[in-house]
Amino acid sequence: MNSPIPLEAPPLLEARGLAYLRNDEPIFGPLSFRLGAGEVVLMEGDNGSGKTTLLKVLSGLLQASTGTVLLNGEPLTLARLSHQVALLGHLLGIKGELSPLQNLRFAIGLGGLRSGITPHQALKSVGLEGYEDVALRQLSAGQKKRVALARLLLVPAALWLLDEPYANLDREGITLVNRLLELHAMRGGAALITSHGAYAYTSGTPRRLQLRGQEAAA
Amino acid sequence: MSYGSTTSACRALLQRDLSLVWRQRGDALNPVLFAVMVVALFPFALGPEPTMLARIAAGTVLVALLLAGLLSLDALFRSDLEDGSLEQLVLSPHPLALLLACKIAVHWLTTALPLLLVAPLLGELLYLPQPVLPVLMVALVLSTPLLSLIGAVCVALTVGMRRSGMLLALLVLPLYVPVLIFAAGACNAAQQGLPVLAPLLWLGAGLALALVLAPLACAAALRISLS
Repeated sequence: MNSPIPLEAPPLLEARGLAYLRNDEPIFGPLSFRLGAGEVVLMEGDNGSGKTTLLKVLSGLLQASTGTVLLNGEPLTLARLSHQVALLGHLLGIKGELSPLQNLRFAIGLGGLRSGITPHQALKSVGLEGYEDVALRQLSAGQKKRVALARLLLVPAALWLLDEPYANLDREGITLVNRLLELHAMRGGAALITSHGAYAYTSGTPRRLQLRGQEAAA
Repeated sequence: MSYGSTTSACRALLQRDLSLVWRQRGDALNPVLFAVMVVALFPFALGPEPTMLARIAAGTVLVALLLAGLLSLDALFRSDLEDGSLEQLVLSPHPLALLLACKIAVHWLTTALPLLLVAPLLGELLYLPQPVLPVLMVALVLSTPLLSLIGAVCVALTVGMRRSGMLLALLVLPLYVPVLIFAAGACNAAQQGLPVLAPLLWLGAGLALALVLAPLACAAALRISLS
């Protein structure tokens, strides 16, 4: 309870000289950055600059070629990583045959549940009240994305890695993503989001990182 | 805040996969129909003479079930890969091998179990001698999970590739041969009135080994496929 607070708490996520090579061809990096609690960082880069690969490396799906990733100041292991990180990729990881509610219940079973929220409340806060039991395949692409966003609200991960979270969303949906990110940051979470630049994180002034793929490596 | 137990993760996965199968229960019947048709081809090709059919009955049923299982194997991780659920499984805080074991169990329950239930009927179509049927059933009960487990490792290896169907068959079939030899060996022994225990015990030993090792190999293969 009264443990002395270190002068400088280690950042939630830190990358040191991170690079990824596919068949000896640099995809991104070397890249160094820190992501502290309560921070939202927007990763900008053109198509093919390695944003998705970076998120996969940070989430542990891919092994970095060089450099290290530190989570709370410690080198990451898959076991600790998965408690801390929620990844939302281009593929949403939800089943079209099942209803939003069934999908969320499965996500909770797999990833755990944040205290003080239920699947119904999560669906309500992404604007899908009344769609709980509709088969997901009958929903639009934007609504499916909202179901995936509701999953982020439910699982207890402190670090969100969102790959193009604004894609497929209407203006209201973009505001929603920004609101969720703000809420997450206020709770002491952190988020790294990628964007090819067409949409922007509008609320506040997030830190921006530029990812230029091979040029950065050269 | 709760991270959830591994048991609840397995339960959630079993529940989801079973309800997915239930929603497409028409598809679940396809392997059964396939096996029935394959078995029906043999009298057409070899003639309807009962003594000859009785001699090949057990082996034919085994091969038909093996091929039906092979055809349904490709779907094991396919839809999970396509919608990103597989990434979420790999990233979950629970042991991947255990989660995959659950998926394999559901696959066996929904594809191999219906095949097991129609096996006596398939035997009847080919004049399978009555005393051989129990041995055939025991051999199938032991060998179908073994086939699912071996198959799952190969599916995990090929899941990242497009059009992996034929490659999968080429990978899996040689590995199925020992299983087929022991299962058919037991049936042949029963047909000749010889003791059947030894080949069945071999199958049991193989199953025990695969139950432990196959999910681990499957998890390792899947991580490689996804990267």
